[in-house]
Amino acid sequence: MATWNGPLEKIDDYRWRIPKSYKQGMRVPGIIYADADMMKQIRGEQALEQVANVAFLPGIVNHSLAMPDIHWGYGFPIGGVAAMDVKSGVVSPGGVGYDINCGVRALRSNLKADDIRPKVPELIDALFSQIPCGVGKGGRLRVSYDDLDRVLTEGSGWAVKNGFGEKEDLLHTEAEGAIPDADPSLVGERAKKRGLPQLGSLGSGNHFLEIQEVDAIYDEDSAKALGIFKGQVLVMIHSGSRGLGYQVCDDYLVVMGRIQEKYKLDLPDRQLAAAPIQSGEGKDYLSAMACAANYAWCNRQVIMHWTRETVMRVLGLSPRDFGGELIYDVAHNIAKFEEHEVDGKLRKLLVHRKGATRAFGPGHEELPPDFKKLGQPVIVPGDMGTASYLLLGTETAMAETFGSTCHGAGRKMSRKGAMRAAKGRRIDKELADRGIYVHAFGRGTLAEEMPEAYKDVDEVVAVVDGAGISRKVARMVPMGVMKG
Amino acid sequence: MIQGIRLLFKNISPFIATITMRYNVNEYGVKMKRFELIEHTADMGLVAYGHDLAEAFANAAYGLFSIMADLGRVQEKESRQIELKEDDTEALLFEWLNYLLYVFDVEMLLLKRFDMERFDGSGLKAVCYGEKYDPSRHRLKTGVKSATYHMMKVDRENNRVQVILDV
Repeated sequence: MATWNGPLEKIDDYRWRIPKSYKQGMRVPGIIYADADMMKQIRGEQALEQVANVAFLPGIVNHSLAMPDIHWGYGFPIGGVAAMDVKSGVVSPGGVGYDINCGVRALRSNLKADDIRPKVPELIDALFSQIPCGVGKGGRLRVSYDDLDRVLTEGSGWAVKNGFGEKEDLLHTEAEGAIPDADPSLVGERAKKRGLPQLGSLGSGNHFLEIQEVDAIYDEDSAKALGIFKGQVLVMIHSGSRGLGYQVCDDYLVVMGRIQEKYKLDLPDRQLAAAPIQSGEGKDYLSAMACAANYAWCNRQVIMHWTRETVMRVLGLSPRDFGGELIYDVAHNIAKFEEHEVDGKLRKLLVHRKGATRAFGPGHEELPPDFKKLGQPVIVPGDMGTASYLLLGTETAMAETFGSTCHGAGRKMSRKGAMRAAKGRRIDKELADRGIYVHAFGRGTLAEEMPEAYKDVDEVVAVVDGAGISRKVARMVPMGVMKG
Repeated sequence: MIQGIRLLFKNISPFIATITMRYNVNEYGVKMKRFELIEHTADMGLVAYGHDLAEAFANAAYGLFSIMADLGRVQEKESRQIELKEDDTEALLFEWLNYLLYVFDVEMLLLKRFDMERFDGSGLKAVCYGEKYDPSRHRLKTGVKSATYHMMKVDRENNRVQVILDV
């Protein structure tokens, strides 16, 4: 692994700057949120070079940003945030990623962890049989191409309309589970063919469904307002847009690759390929991306519905006993049009969040009435061995990061490295010894996704909390894990 | 030998290290490696070799399916003809692997043999053999989302291609 030796200026305990002077062509400086120990590890790969490369993109405003869970990605680093001016800026599919609207949602319950602990294995096994997951696994849903087109425009709304969940779920979903300007005719046939059988499936890799226990509360008042208490059972679902999203990304990387000269975009990496937001190609991508994002929201909504059904059936609970309300659903691979204050003026921007989560502060108009005073709930999934967090967005995030924060623990070990480290070990047994029941599609996934492969989520969250770009409300630990 | 290859790759790219190798016996009975896996923090990559670029492309496809499944028990029961035309060799490699991923997603077809009938650097015609995934006999391994352009290398002199996969 080559160490990155570029210039890095320490701003304070949590903030670092890559000066604009580092490379000719950078339009803005880079800002990285991390502590000194993390920075040593971050410098071990080329993610910081990618932060600098993103600063080349036309129309980028203020800074090329990176969250503490930054690691090396394609073109953009994972953990990267870049806001572009809507008139002069570009959109880059690499700034969204392959798994468009990969995201996470958390449900609260009225259950106490101690009351259901012995039932967790049965519960996870039942969820595993009810919710398709793993490589190439298709969904239980049978939808037509006409239905699929409606999913692509209506997102979660289509699911609710068809009996998967409640209207209230939409209010507690980022963008109410659908972003506008989605045009299914701009999604290719291949993407639709991949997406059709996979709607309502978890997927593989780092996607999961967890039964969790709230093990720490950091802010009693906010927790209470969110209906969270210590020892409570939560359910977390992490999934995305499946093959449909990957194909949309691929298709438009090809389109963008062909137009770099036409728009005189001299970029340092082919994976950064971009198009002006106002160009035909840019608009087409954004429209297709919106379709994939809506598909992902629908997917998580359907999975959540089956989860509710299964939990109530296995535990013999009524909806009232279970609770099971959606706390919030966030996207962490997406580009969205938002208004932000820049130099005292409100400007319309396209905010790319690639492995970063929206974290709007209190009072924002996009927040549902019950959270308006609190700020936006942010769900940060950890890895299956450690913890996940519930955070709230802040004013500082609005001022510094276009209302963005971290998205998870972030890998520090390659998948092959993890396989090597896991050799001769039974990761499922090790987790069982710690009271975590795991049901995984393949043992390979389990090894690749083992806890040591990830940065310590506690440290990642300590940085975003310390820097003030979000604040801690609760920490959850897994009781049972279903893995693709 | 392994050390030598490691050093060689260190010169090409400092970020990768070789880990595993797969050998193939060529038409002259000479043992020759088909591909190697390379490391990348979030993902996985492969370097594929051949006597010509066409064979390197075929071996890259073999490497891709080897990452996704245990190919030992996959039989050559079905075939698919694939014809592609792109702007350049890099785009062809990107499209070739992503088309195969599409075939797997939609048809659940595990492919293990790739005969290049025509290959000219920007276009190809291949017949691919394998069979439909059968959970009772086949073991799936790592899901691959996509081939990427990230660190992609087409080495025409040495008939070698490198590609990072988003998994």
